[in-house]
Amino acid sequence: MSHLMVENLNLYYGKMHALKDITVAIPDHQITAIIGPSGCGKSSLLKSFNRLIDLTDNTRVTGKVLLDGQNIYETGLDLAAIRKKMGLLLQTPWPLPMSIFENVAYGLRIHHVAKRRELKEKVEYYLRRAGLWDEVKDRLHRPASALSKGQQQRLALARGLAVEPEIILADEATSALDPLSSKKIEELFTELKSVYSIVIVTHILRQARRIADYVLFMYMGELVEHGPADKIFKDPKDPRTKAYVIGEIS
Amino acid sequence: MIRRIEENVFKFLMLISTLIVFLGVAGLLFVVMIKGVPVMSWEMISHCPSGGDLMGAKPGILNAITGTLIIGFGATFLATLASLPVIVFIHGYAHRKIWVSIVRFALDLLWGIPSIVYGVLGFMVMLFFRMKASLLAGMITVALLEFPIAARGMDEVIRLVPKALKETAFAIGSTRAETTMKVILKQALPGILTALLIAFGRGVGDAASVLLTTGYSEDLPTSFTDPVATLPLAIFQQLGSPYPEVQVRAYASALVLTIIILIISISTRYLMRRFESKHVGG
Amino acid sequence: MRTLFRRWVDIGTGNIALFASVSTVILVIVFALMLFLKAYPIFMENSLGNLIFSSKWAPMKGSFGFFDFILGTLWVTALSMIIAAPLSILTALYLVEYAPKWVKIVMDPAIDLLAGIPSVVYGVWGVVVIVPFVRELGDRVGYTSTGYSVLAGGIVLALMIIPIMTSVMQEVLRSTPIGLREVSLSVGATKWETTRYIVCRHALGGVIAAGIMGLSRAFGETIAVLMVVGNQVIMPRSLFDPGYPIPALIANNYGEMMSIRLYDAAIMTAALILMGVVFITQLAARLVVRRMMYGREAP
Repeated sequence: MSHLMVENLNLYYGKMHALKDITVAIPDHQITAIIGPSGCGKSSLLKSFNRLIDLTDNTRVTGKVLLDGQNIYETGLDLAAIRKKMGLLLQTPWPLPMSIFENVAYGLRIHHVAKRRELKEKVEYYLRRAGLWDEVKDRLHRPASALSKGQQQRLALARGLAVEPEIILADEATSALDPLSSKKIEELFTELKSVYSIVIVTHILRQARRIADYVLFMYMGELVEHGPADKIFKDPKDPRTKAYVIGEIS
Repeated sequence: MIRRIEENVFKFLMLISTLIVFLGVAGLLFVVMIKGVPVMSWEMISHCPSGGDLMGAKPGILNAITGTLIIGFGATFLATLASLPVIVFIHGYAHRKIWVSIVRFALDLLWGIPSIVYGVLGFMVMLFFRMKASLLAGMITVALLEFPIAARGMDEVIRLVPKALKETAFAIGSTRAETTMKVILKQALPGILTALLIAFGRGVGDAASVLLTTGYSEDLPTSFTDPVATLPLAIFQQLGSPYPEVQVRAYASALVLTIIILIISISTRYLMRRFESKHVGG
Repeated sequence: MRTLFRRWVDIGTGNIALFASVSTVILVIVFALMLFLKAYPIFMENSLGNLIFSSKWAPMKGSFGFFDFILGTLWVTALSMIIAAPLSILTALYLVEYAPKWVKIVMDPAIDLLAGIPSVVYGVWGVVVIVPFVRELGDRVGYTSTGYSVLAGGIVLALMIIPIMTSVMQEVLRSTPIGLREVSLSVGATKWETTRYIVCRHALGGVIAAGIMGLSRAFGETIAVLMVVGNQVIMPRSLFDPGYPIPALIANNYGEMMSIRLYDAAIMTAALILMGVVFITQLAARLVVRRMMYGREAP
């Protein structure tokens, strides 16, 4: 059974029906890419996985999102614990207004890792995991805002990994980066999938072709087709998928 | 565990704070009404006092109401005349950012000057021109007070108008004057009116600036050089009177003043809402 | 022809606009000069140190020690900030982060209203409600007081500056980018933790600027404080003592100042002090806001 499963998920922004009856099981230890033209609901779907959709006013959700068997939309749950299981990378890295060290330590401190030595060890470990350690080890206590965008994004990754999630969600994580930094992030995802399950949203088809193992194609709020990346890219069943993949709808 | 406690403690404090602030407002209005309504009567509002009002003779606050309104409108008119050109400069003509910053800083400084200092300055102007304490002197002083409030308010509002509008106007060949006046100001009109209303409200309620520049009179003013009564001063003096029957009149005056302000406040909200829905956001 | 007219209007308007703007700047300078010129004579006979630190206030004899007034101002202003700042921050936080819609619908106009109410009306409320309250309080704690005290002044002033601080703080808090909140929550922080550690830190500069604005307003407020503070030239030694802040000094002695030598210069000095304080706090607030905008580029 997958860590993350979606059953009959519907999302409404006020009157607008943004996600229409989505059912899918996100495979473990693979990179799943959600693709589709602008406005099709990719980001909304991603944000409904960790209930960040709650931050927007006027939203209504029906259906279930099952994390390790438990429906996260049940009432009375500890949201913080649920969200902890999923790391998040956004298009803008949003470094927290603190030092590099504190950014990574933030989640750790929240979850009661207090001893100085343990913190230091973990921060170093996760910065290494994110491929950032060598570049920042001499200036851990400088503000994170001084880093380049690519570095900030890797910092965001380290920050998310530090709380030991099961799943990593990435919403257009490389869209704002230069090609070199994008490549680094893609390489990291490929490395990390052996430990985590990764779900990315991207509008860059080439990126999906490069790194995705599993693909979800969305169009106007519907999950049109999904399957192993090979099949979707080489032999799509639905005409809409075909049109997008060949580059007609954009 | 600790974080739970901390969260609940703060949530409680936040709630209490908000409640205290609300009670402050409510309490204030409540007191004004409770004290003012019993003393109010149609006669009060429609008559001027006579025979030594401050010493207990026939009551009436028409003199103060009239004085306040005349000064309010007059001063706001003057302030508008003065602030519109400055706004036109900032938003239509200024070439370099440095000038805009300097003018804005000057406006900020003027805005921050306490009203008592305006009173002092107005007094000095009065002496310099050998004016007596009068309607005109008071009007000028309040106009000085209102000018930065009006200017700043208009400035803030016009900043909300999307830049693209200005650029489009220039692109089709309008002159700077035309762009600013016919396009920008028109777009921002409700907002501008709001700014003027706010300035009016401030001018009407201020006592410190009229303290020594308007004098006092029991009658309605007949010319600009007459001394005139104003509501804020009337309240102040009535409250300080040794006669209790005069003291309570202060409450009635306060009630009238508060009602005027309430009307202004509601109109402001209404205007701002219309401005935001129609004109902001491109 | 038409074009010529348009061009003419354009230049004419421009000149008027320029004139008005330059006049504005000159106005500030003129005001400062006017006060300074009038205040200047007092410095010829009294040293600055004497003026500030001496308590001897006897205008008829020519001694002008401002110390008691300075203390009075400090007491009242400090009290008002101590009361108003936490209330403002907490209320702003609540309204932005936690309040249900109906609370906002009630509180927003309420705070606006509070901002518009004239000084005198606050004064009336102060006399009717706060002064007796302080008197009672004094009795309970063992101080006999008429109620006309620095405490009364502080309380009334606090209510006056809360609206401006609260609304600016709300704006600043609201301007926290949603992405920042999202990444904090996704690491497993609760709403409260996000607010406390991230939002507050991000908004710190703006909140301080709001505080400075409140402070500036508190310094200059005259009438309301005057009505409840007692107006006695003594050094306030406790909350329950009356005081005599600088704006009250100016307001009360306007009339007499022409008759006693140097009195008018003294009053002008007081006015100059007030203007100076405004200048400095404006500068400070602007610097803080500018640092906040530039030192923290949006990523």
